[in-house]
Amino acid sequence: MNHFIRSTAIAASFLASTAFAFSAASAQQSEDIVADAQQLDTIIAIPGFATDADRPTDAYSTADLGRRIGEVITADLRNNGLFTPRGPDQVRAIQYGEVTAPQFPGWKTINAEVLVQGFVRAASPNEITVGCYLYDVGLGSELSRQGYVVPARDWRRAAHKCSDIIYSRLTGEQPFFDSRIAYIAESGPKNNRRKQLAIMDSDGANHRILTSGGATALTPRFSPNYQSILYLSYVDGNPRIYIYDIGTGRQRLVTQSSNATFAPRWSPDGQTILYSMAVGGNTDVYKISANGGTPVRLTNAPGIDVGGSFSPDGKQIVFESDRSGSQQIYTMNADGSNQKRISFGGGRYATPEWSPRGDLIAFTKIAGNLRIGVMRPGGGSERLLTDSWQDEAPTWAPNGRVIQFFRTAQGSGDASIWQVDVAGANERRLPTPGYGSDPAWGPIRP
Amino acid sequence: MTTNRTKFLLLAAAGTLALGACGKKAPPELPPAPLNQGNGYDDGSQSYDPNANQPGYGSNVPGGPGSQEDFVRSVSGDRVFFDTDEYNIDSQDAATLQSQVQWLQRYPNTTVVVEGHADERGTRDYNLALGERRATAAANYLASLGVARNRIRTISYGKERPEALGSDPQAWAQNRRAVTVTVR
Repeated sequence: MNHFIRSTAIAASFLASTAFAFSAASAQQSEDIVADAQQLDTIIAIPGFATDADRPTDAYSTADLGRRIGEVITADLRNNGLFTPRGPDQVRAIQYGEVTAPQFPGWKTINAEVLVQGFVRAASPNEITVGCYLYDVGLGSELSRQGYVVPARDWRRAAHKCSDIIYSRLTGEQPFFDSRIAYIAESGPKNNRRKQLAIMDSDGANHRILTSGGATALTPRFSPNYQSILYLSYVDGNPRIYIYDIGTGRQRLVTQSSNATFAPRWSPDGQTILYSMAVGGNTDVYKISANGGTPVRLTNAPGIDVGGSFSPDGKQIVFESDRSGSQQIYTMNADGSNQKRISFGGGRYATPEWSPRGDLIAFTKIAGNLRIGVMRPGGGSERLLTDSWQDEAPTWAPNGRVIQFFRTAQGSGDASIWQVDVAGANERRLPTPGYGSDPAWGPIRP
Repeated sequence: MTTNRTKFLLLAAAGTLALGACGKKAPPELPPAPLNQGNGYDDGSQSYDPNANQPGYGSNVPGGPGSQEDFVRSVSGDRVFFDTDEYNIDSQDAATLQSQVQWLQRYPNTTVVVEGHADERGTRDYNLALGERRATAAANYLASLGVARNRIRTISYGKERPEALGSDPQAWAQNRRAVTVTVR
């Protein structure tokens, strides 16, 4: 049942024509998804958030913060491609008293269907309270409200949380803006690329590079609690996976072995680590407790079994194997039993990633060019979402509705991070200070 | 295909000379990383030289007998090439590796690292596994001709270290390689 249709107040006014991009359409109705995704162009007015009194904070003054929060929300909603937000630059400012008493007739005259208003208050310079209110202009009624108390320096989080409540209320989907991304920052020439571990917010803000670049870093994965990152480093001269502690900047080997270890992944609960290890040229998938202990070998087919991604309930793993003669996608139970191939569409398939919703598996398809696609966990209903020279390594938004990947340019080899929604629409490049690859999208922040 | 391949080998031979001249540095053989990396920055690999304390180390004339330069000069090739997604040693590869074995038998104290590489047209993790597979295939062949297995180490760089920079079949063919690098 569609969450939206249950939200009667909304459906009556502005949503009747916009149906639902995602929730109604499962992957069996892929054409519907693609068609509907273009139709959502709900006009949302987002004036700068008001303040009761303009006070200085550790970040900006409360009046300044109010405007900036409106701008961040506007960018979030615009970049999602489903809405037409009109931000603080395009609509009139509001008074503090208006926040809970919106002037609907005025907003109707600019054709706004939805109105987002809010306030910023600072009881002390280091902490702010942000209120976020969502209104249906046509019905003249409130749809939702939330308040957040955050350190002033974390004001962007309050904005993303407000974006999340708007997105969730209007689409019936789970939130995803208040999340972070780990990736590899790239610089330098193609034959001597510097590759550094880096992190940023879901919109590219609060960007930070964590490693010096003296050793090649690859394939990061945020832990579900955002406290550490699994990644591959050549720091000791060999490819090995490490757990990097973001708070302390220290790292340790995941497992002691003289063999190459790579392709690290977390289980959804953060208790188990999946990795691949090459022994005598034969690569298999292993798992180990995040606290250490004895690894358990999950695959033993001759050839390359690599990567892997847990289903959201942690009971199954999707991985890649060339046991049939070429790279294909397989699923197995978390103990390694019941291994079966699910990709049969022709060509090679790589880097499977299970959606956090559980309904789809994203992959890289290699058939001439490299493209991003999705299929059902049981196989079938395959859809390709991108069409470029080389797109690789999908990673899911926390709500399973948007996929990030990296795109490599033919010739230069320059890599950049892109995203596309699960319908194949709204493809766009993410802003990063330099080139970037191997994105890994974390869950909603705790 | 065969003519193409011959061309690549010729190109590769030219590339090898250039490589020898600029003194490609072999990755040092390092102990496992400590559990804690101190400040956490990954620059620990830059100054460690495990051979530094060995008697006689550094007394060799650079480029003299037994050196990496000498190896590259003496063998018919320091590398073998592979077809797309393949790792088998064909007769040309076998001849190259045989010439490496002859040199290694002259310098029995030398150990080697076989570096496995893949072209850019594959996914990262799989290419790491494929590079390891190629390095192992070359290492196994050296061992089958009598080089002690404990003198040979393998390392995969996947698609991380292309040598030919184009995005075309010729460049990819040069990058699908296993390179033998001497370590003293």
